[in-house]
Amino acid sequence: MQELLQQVLSGIASGGIYASLALALVLIYNAMGLVNFAQGEMAMFATFLAFTLIDHGLNYWVALPLTLLLAFAAGVLIQRVVIRPVERAPILTLVIVTLGLATLFNGLAGFLFGYVPRSFPSPFSVLTVNLAGAFVSYRDLGVMGVSAVVLVLIYLLLQRTTVGLALRAAAHHPDASRLLGVRVSWMLALGWGLASAAGAVSGIMVAPILLLDPNMMQTVIIYAFAAAVLGGIESPLGAVVGGVIVGVTVNLAGAYVPGVGGDLQLAVAFAIIVAVLVLKPNGLFGHAAVRRV
Amino acid sequence: MLKRIFQAPPRYWLVLVAVVFFVGLPTVVTSFQSGEWAEVMIFAVVIMGLNILVGYSGQISLGHGAFMALGAYTTAILIHRYQLNYLATIPIAGLVTGLVGFLLGFPALRLSALYLALATFALAVVTPSLIKRPEQLTGGVQGILLLPPDPPQLAKDMFAAVTGTPMTSDQWIYYVSFACALVLFWLAWNLIRHRPGRALRAIRDGEVAAAASGINIAGYKTLAFGISAFYAGVAGSLYGLVIGYVSPDTFPASLSFQLLAGAVIGGLASISGPLLGGIFTFWLPIVSSQFVAGQDWIPAQISSVFKNAGPAVSYGALLILIMIFAPNGVSGLILSTYTRLRRRLRGAGEPGSGQMPPDHQTVESPAT
Amino acid sequence: MSRMGTRLAALAALFVTVAACGGSSAPTVATDVGITSDSILLGNTIAQSGPAASYGTIANAENAYFTYINNQGGINGRKIKFKVLDDGYNPAQTVPLTKQLVEQDQVFAMFSGLGTQAQVSVRDYLNAQKVPQLFVATGATTFGLDFSQHPYTIGWLPAYQGEAHIYAKDVIQNHPTAKIGVLYQNDDYGQDILKGLIDGLGSSSTLIVDKESFDVTATSVASQLAKLKGAGADTVFVFATPSFAIKSLATITALGWSPHIYLNGVSNAQVFMGIAAKNGAKFDGAITVAYLKDPTDPQWANDDGMKLYKTVIANCTTCNVLDGNNIYGVAAAFTMVDVLKQAGSNMTRANVMKIASSQLNETNNPFLLPGIVVKTTSTDHFPIMQQQLATYSAGGWHLQGSLIDERGTIK
Repeated sequence: MQELLQQVLSGIASGGIYASLALALVLIYNAMGLVNFAQGEMAMFATFLAFTLIDHGLNYWVALPLTLLLAFAAGVLIQRVVIRPVERAPILTLVIVTLGLATLFNGLAGFLFGYVPRSFPSPFSVLTVNLAGAFVSYRDLGVMGVSAVVLVLIYLLLQRTTVGLALRAAAHHPDASRLLGVRVSWMLALGWGLASAAGAVSGIMVAPILLLDPNMMQTVIIYAFAAAVLGGIESPLGAVVGGVIVGVTVNLAGAYVPGVGGDLQLAVAFAIIVAVLVLKPNGLFGHAAVRRV
Repeated sequence: MLKRIFQAPPRYWLVLVAVVFFVGLPTVVTSFQSGEWAEVMIFAVVIMGLNILVGYSGQISLGHGAFMALGAYTTAILIHRYQLNYLATIPIAGLVTGLVGFLLGFPALRLSALYLALATFALAVVTPSLIKRPEQLTGGVQGILLLPPDPPQLAKDMFAAVTGTPMTSDQWIYYVSFACALVLFWLAWNLIRHRPGRALRAIRDGEVAAAASGINIAGYKTLAFGISAFYAGVAGSLYGLVIGYVSPDTFPASLSFQLLAGAVIGGLASISGPLLGGIFTFWLPIVSSQFVAGQDWIPAQISSVFKNAGPAVSYGALLILIMIFAPNGVSGLILSTYTRLRRRLRGAGEPGSGQMPPDHQTVESPAT
Repeated sequence: MSRMGTRLAALAALFVTVAACGGSSAPTVATDVGITSDSILLGNTIAQSGPAASYGTIANAENAYFTYINNQGGINGRKIKFKVLDDGYNPAQTVPLTKQLVEQDQVFAMFSGLGTQAQVSVRDYLNAQKVPQLFVATGATTFGLDFSQHPYTIGWLPAYQGEAHIYAKDVIQNHPTAKIGVLYQNDDYGQDILKGLIDGLGSSSTLIVDKESFDVTATSVASQLAKLKGAGADTVFVFATPSFAIKSLATITALGWSPHIYLNGVSNAQVFMGIAAKNGAKFDGAITVAYLKDPTDPQWANDDGMKLYKTVIANCTTCNVLDGNNIYGVAAAFTMVDVLKQAGSNMTRANVMKIASSQLNETNNPFLLPGIVVKTTSTDHFPIMQQQLATYSAGGWHLQGSLIDERGTIK
């Protein structure tokens, strides 16, 4: 019983990690109907930036907002320089460009910072909380708490502000929005900037747990895909709920389903992605998309 | 008859030159270089398959490394466990992989391009850990070793008559790969020029319109998946033979991305694109880590970046640049340069200069 | 246009004819390929990009030692040239790159190639070509055990199974009632060392209450460790590469669990222990093995071997002097130079291979723990089989007892 509870708790903790990256994916999807395959690598790179700043003697609480600003600026810059020239191209072109970005950031990080895992500071204690014999660390709680805050911020932004409305309008009805005076292209840039910053938050929060190295996010992104798809890829709340479900399912399947085993955890995430896409493509919280001709 | 041959369009002559070049290649390069060019041929084949799927039917696969793995393991298991002749395993590997691809084409039908990209991306990452599981069959993490195939006596003698030395295993594998590539390129060319190709392009450019004109969309899309997987299976089988070893680490996720990168850099929806793509996929890592570092005229700072950053940076940067500046890839770039050049040489006023360039069936973005 | 096509065809025909007439010269067969009057060319493939890129520094450290030797005048007047190629830990790259080194660059021998699958993929080829595949950088048991089928291949570092045997002995002697849980990486490394543990425990292998595996794509090992804890284990074996080993140590503590820990040697560098401790891991009393001098261990501060290591590694600008991979590289390069010196004037591949595989008796490698002999005989092809147990306390590893010799125990 205690063990089962521990599996669930550890799964929720992992789910927080997946959710934090999935939130950034959801932002880009809302802004331009695209899944950014480079989201994880951009988050990793931003975390290395924070690491470098802290390494040069900056206080954590100064380095953190500075990194978020830099990540935001980098996101806007990437959209203006790399995405804008192809933003009306077929989805294939966009997917390939983001894959190119992912490869580029991974290689650059390896070249600049090396491949030896590093420790990254965390504002949260390494100590753990005992819940009826099962344990969860403050760092895991921290990841979940910060994800919740990011979720609320994104929700408020998208649903309660005119910028958010313009952002969504620009993504779904670019031509109509243009007629209404929305600067569509800058809305996309804003979306990229915000997603990049949300990714940086994720990277900085999970790096103390996952250890910082250029391949830190390489498989997290698959779990984040699973989380986003399960939750309904345009729903921020869905990303968080999806993340938790994926984390718990992967743990329970690995531990208790005969023939699965701990070594096939990633395969379970893959199965979730395929099952959701085939059986319920809109996920738990997504709206049914109408096929436009 | 002769007149007809001499009046053939230039691309036929280009094909002939290419065939003559590749037949003669092993006689001028060393044995191990023939082995390297065999890998170029193999990548060209799998990229041609990818091209049929991505370039002509408009579906995305980031997981073709998984199909190659299936083909390679089919061959390895048939040779290792059932002592089948290696040549016989090549078509079997193609058919097995093609069948699996065809079946996977059905769930893929329900997925939009973006979701298909996502699902196949995950497949590429999960492949090595899936290979490890059926340990009895795949040899698990130990992999399966394959003996280098011995060229038949006739080939040995013929090669010796030309070059003075008998044919090596690497040279033989090169010719086998080249023959497969030739047949599969010819098949692809026929497929694309006839009814299925037209149907696929119609689906790619607008499913609703295609359906309205009576095209069986589901049938053609799954068929494209099956054919594409067949190409990858044959390529995987040859890949196992040329390396002489299959193991989980031989099929990392990065292989799938390199294949897609090759397809895109070479040029989608063209026949020459996959060949250029194969050349890029094989040579880019080697060029970026060895060639650039060995050039004295390149400043040391720049060449050391190329060497130490590994192939990833070159791949990433090239992919982005190509997509922005030459979305039709290198073959598209060459074709448009050639057309422009010809137009300039002939003078703008000449009739015919306003025609569409021949065979320009590339993925143009609908907005442009 | 058609005329231009004809010309091209004619040109191509000419090209083929020239090619046919010129022919290609067959690679010259010599007993000492890669040896000139003033140089010896060695080749190497290693991961300098991709998932295992952190090992890539080993080749740079080896090169630093060769530079050091060359600056001293080389070996009998010959300088060592070392050509390193990046295979990204992918056997599909290792094969063509190795063929390039052998057939194009004409290396005398391959030295310290990295990765089990990568080195297995070229073993048959190198043996068929009779090119020595010297001191591969993997402890997979097959490289020492299957010598008779592959007489041109030899390993160097202690076989993983030998390491596991030492742990098994310690369990049987000091903890005969232990309830063992094993966490192992599901790859060639993890499976090999797990087999060593089971073999080493022999009839005591019933002490193992649970084994849990994780894949290298895992983001967390909490689920596996929770299962081991739930199975009632009081002793945990961590068979994992550094990143996962650090996470395992931190997770064990975070689960409110304090079992007796055995940590595999590949992950015991002080740098990694430091990160684990920062992440809250408590592992005083943990046991590991060592055979190299740890550059971060203060007890070697005034040691001659360590001073030499620091002199040598200064030849490599990108090498971190505290990285345990680098002293590994320098130590392996020492053995390589030793073999070449012994070959003396008889610098043939066959002779060098004979010395490396059955006549080694190196007692003076200054980078290994005192007393370790790098040794091969006509019946034993595991060069290093002595290791020493070390226990973690007060922020560092402390060597225990004396060297344990596992020579001849691997079957």
